Amino acid sequence: MSVSKDQLIDFIYEEVRMLDEGRYDEWLALWLKDGHYWMPLDYNQTDPLNVTSLMYEDLFMLKLRVERLNGARTFSQKPKSRCHHVIQRPFVDEMDEAAGTFVTKTFMHYVETRLDEQFLLALTARHELALVDGKLRIANKRVDILNCDAAFRNIQLLP
Amino acid sequence: MGRYADNPAAIKALFRGNEVHRDVYIDQEIYKLEMKHLFANAWVFVGHESQTPNKGDYFSTQVGDQPVIQVRHSDGEVHVLHNRCPHKGTKIVIDRAGNTGKFFRCPYHAWSFKTDGCLLAIPLKKGYENTGFEKSDSGNGMKAVGEVRNYRGFIFCRLAETGISFEDYFGGSLSSIDNMVERSPAGRLEVAGPPLRYMHHCNWKMLVENQTDTCHPMVAHESSAGTAVKLWEELDMPEGTPLPPAMEIIAPFMSPYEFFENMGIRTWPNGHGHTGVHHSIHSNYSAIQGYMEKMVEAYGEEKAKAILNENRHNTVYFPNIMIKGPIQQLRVFIPLAADKTLVESYIYRLVDGPEQLTARTAMYNRMINAPTSIVGHDDLEMYERAQEGLQSDGMEWVNIQRLYEEDEDFSQEKVENGTTERQMRNQFDAWVKFMTADMNDVREAAE
Repeated sequence: MSVSKDQLIDFIYEEVRMLDEGRYDEWLALWLKDGHYWMPLDYNQTDPLNVTSLMYEDLFMLKLRVERLNGARTFSQKPKSRCHHVIQRPFVDEMDEAAGTFVTKTFMHYVETRLDEQFLLALTARHELALVDGKLRIANKRVDILNCDAAFRNIQLLP
Repeated sequence: MGRYADNPAAIKALFRGNEVHRDVYIDQEIYKLEMKHLFANAWVFVGHESQTPNKGDYFSTQVGDQPVIQVRHSDGEVHVLHNRCPHKGTKIVIDRAGNTGKFFRCPYHAWSFKTDGCLLAIPLKKGYENTGFEKSDSGNGMKAVGEVRNYRGFIFCRLAETGISFEDYFGGSLSSIDNMVERSPAGRLEVAGPPLRYMHHCNWKMLVENQTDTCHPMVAHESSAGTAVKLWEELDMPEGTPLPPAMEIIAPFMSPYEFFENMGIRTWPNGHGHTGVHHSIHSNYSAIQGYMEKMVEAYGEEKAKAILNENRHNTVYFPNIMIKGPIQQLRVFIPLAADKTLVESYIYRLVDGPEQLTARTAMYNRMINAPTSIVGHDDLEMYERAQEGLQSDGMEWVNIQRLYEEDEDFSQEKVENGTTERQMRNQFDAWVKFMTADMNDVREAAE
């Protein structure tokens, strides 16, 4: 089975829609089990491990994050946060059909809100996707925040 | 003039042993007085020398509300200068770090200064001839802080020209920095990357108090640590399966009260103290292969074991930093207003130590102290609810009475039950001392 460029682009659109609609179980099911969600702290950071990142999370950590959002004693989610992505058409940077691996880059604006506060982040998301058993899955995702070196308040959902 | 300026009696009345008045957290005049007195008279953390390793390297930060520059002078020493041109007040450096070469040059009128602050040159200097310029403060160049001390790589300063010495101020508490540094086989640390920067809309002291608050983790962090434990149990992995990082780092926050009671708290004079005298949440991290051998080689077996058996949890250096020796982390709580605090969380690499330890420290930093950290979210929510709740006129006093004893003496080092709030009281004892140390007394003057 082959994958078209449009299918890759649709996948990215569908993923952010899941996040915005809080369909986290579906979102977690997109991930390959050894994938990592990386959000660097430094501009053009190359090392996720030996310097601080904002996030470098395996699937256990991502599940924990999602599970916590719905906990009865998750006080920072009373009331709950909401988020909204506005994305540009993703660029398909790499297509290795033989290996079934793909890389996309997507520029987006991310808005998160809770109570009377709302903030806007400008993001670049780099997805490594893989075709496994006929389905596209997320092998790794890197999200760079334009002002990654700024002092942030809580970022509670998933940009 | 407000209620508190030049009124040491009113300052002292804010702390009555087992309670503290809400004004210490919410009153803007108190905040201003903290900057003028407490942060000027105390020894305050500036940065680490590895942030400015070469001559001309600088790094800009704040001591209290004062903009300062940490810079490596041509003689190799680290200096701390007020970040202000003596001419018109322009900040000399505006970026966070860089190298200025042999001198600073003000971007406004090109006044230049040696890296110890001395005036080097002014364009068209003849315009100042016969004006008495050399007698003005501006003629002396960039102003240095009162005193600077490089303690094993950590740069501290006292803004005030005179006052308590570094040794008298920190005393026995320096043993926590010693332990952190000695975990490097070479006895040196190096900063690893930029710090996390996390903005809190609460008073800086709430964050400092929380560092030795051992009765909040199992409650406030049930949402993160409790959920981690539950998820892991649901996976029902066979015994002996290595714990995922989240379990090793976050799950110990759910330890029972008894664990925290038994870990112990030590207090030192002048507001310093630490949790984890006997053990801590850092005690049971997995061993890193080859590290012990390197330590034994560097220090001998007995000393190496003594260094690594120390598991101090959080050490508070009053007024506004906390270090974690076992993982080489330092957090600085920079007060921006009565209700605004910037938290910067640094990590350090052990020179000649294994890289896996740096990776674990970086992991701890992002999992616990990032603006994206679920544990951080738990804490910030509590601080900000407290900041808002304290506006209530229903009650004016905050209770810090757990395991309180009458007539507590903070001038002696003491080890107590790990759930005591003695360290918070110790901080307020020091707070009163350094707030009033150089405060005029208008009422005395009037008599």
